Amino acid sequence: MLSYLNYLNDTMPCLMAILRLIVCIVCILAFVGLNAAYLVWLERKLAGRIQRRIGPKEVGPFGLLQPLADGIKLMTKQLFLPDGIDRILYLLAPMLVMTTAFMCFVTIPFGEGLVARELDLGLLAIFAFASINVLGLLLGAWASRNKYSMISSARVVSQNVAYEIPMLLVVASLLMVTGTLNLHDIVAEQAGGFWNWNVLRLNASPLMPVAFLIFFVCTLAETNRTPFDLAEAESELVAGSFTEYGSMGFGLFFMGEYANMVVGSTLISILFLGGWNCPFGIFPGPHWLFLKLYALISTVMWIRWTFPRTTFYGLLNLSWKVLIPIALVNLLITGALVKVF
Amino acid sequence: MPVSDLMQLAAELIFLGSVATAFVGAAIAIFNPILIRGIAGLALSFLGVAGIYYFLSSPFLTFMQVLIYIGAICVTLVFAVMLAGNGAEKKPEKRKPLPTLMAALACSAFTGFLLYAALTAQWKAAPSTQLDGSPGRIGEAFLSTYSMSFELISVVLVVAMIGALLLSRDGRDKQ
Repeated sequence: MLSYLNYLNDTMPCLMAILRLIVCIVCILAFVGLNAAYLVWLERKLAGRIQRRIGPKEVGPFGLLQPLADGIKLMTKQLFLPDGIDRILYLLAPMLVMTTAFMCFVTIPFGEGLVARELDLGLLAIFAFASINVLGLLLGAWASRNKYSMISSARVVSQNVAYEIPMLLVVASLLMVTGTLNLHDIVAEQAGGFWNWNVLRLNASPLMPVAFLIFFVCTLAETNRTPFDLAEAESELVAGSFTEYGSMGFGLFFMGEYANMVVGSTLISILFLGGWNCPFGIFPGPHWLFLKLYALISTVMWIRWTFPRTTFYGLLNLSWKVLIPIALVNLLITGALVKVF
Repeated sequence: MPVSDLMQLAAELIFLGSVATAFVGAAIAIFNPILIRGIAGLALSFLGVAGIYYFLSSPFLTFMQVLIYIGAICVTLVFAVMLAGNGAEKKPEKRKPLPTLMAALACSAFTGFLLYAALTAQWKAAPSTQLDGSPGRIGEAFLSTYSMSFELISVVLVVAMIGALLLSRDGRDKQ
């Protein structure tokens, strides 16, 4: 009996750890899947409102079952392999995009203790996993041997390289202020009220709101959203990197895109908008993070259905001639202020 | 068998898994005649190396490895292959005997040297107190102990940049 108790004492923490692991994985998968499904619904509804339509309404109340119907349709469709493709890479690419999108959620804290794996380098981990996403798009585009895909992938690379630089410069200047890469600590520093949020920390750097704007624009570009959706420009490139994909291959690319949008918006909320802190310092909790997160996503959708697509040169010029110089100046000013005070 | 032993075993299996990933990826990178698959293999190999860094208790190096080698270098390589054109249909050229012989000699000499060094070196025991691979410590080491190598790396980058400029410049003149 005693030995059995000892055994239990020994095994319980490990079993709990394994159980926690499984619960975390299931939660992340469910969160990403549900978000992708219902953000499409939200996007269609918002697009409808903006264009004076009502959007999907036939399937279920307010069209709420539409994502389910879309999912069933995508999953039951034949997995069609076109002639002349590179089979292995063609099948691997969508999985790569989806897996890296899932991996990003591992270190994102949604509230006090609501994180799958807290890492001191959480922010770095997210950037690392997100950077693989481009490789997935590139491999998929190459494997499908389609000229539209090729043009799109060339655009994806130049766009991502161009916008990663101002994004990382802005993050570097933010890190000088916070002094940590741990997302939980970054949120904890902003507790109190909205005047403590990084976006309004004017004493650390007077350019903080500008840094926030740059980060927001870069997120739009990195997730290939309008006005920077040149990679997927329907009117000229059919569907960009995933022109040759059907059924769930296309579904995975699509889910990956929405998952990345959620990752980007969550990062903005955590880095600049105080994460799960309340604007007035009362009742902090995950609900505040979700509120900020979905407000940002709705803004992104609002921008998509309001502004037209830029030209490719406009896109590159904006990054290299406007955003990078401002980000560099921001970095210098922040560094000087951190050194002086 | 107690569960803690099982966890230990799982950790070792994951370590061996990353070593295997690194080797398999490297093998694909070397032996696959299709260039783009070779690059995919290279990315796999980098991922395995990142896993090994994690087990050497430096998550910072792990994520930097993924961010720089997979996210930047592999992407640039794929991009370069795409610009160079579709090489999948081309058959590799036949090897010329003399360069092949010279390459084989050079490679075996280098391998022999590495093996000799590895077998005869006086290996130090691992330090009993493990240094944390935190970014702060790495930054300090770069700017104090290893500042010379840090600067030399930048010289390599400058040389690469000049080379790239020279190549592209030449290409434009020919047109």
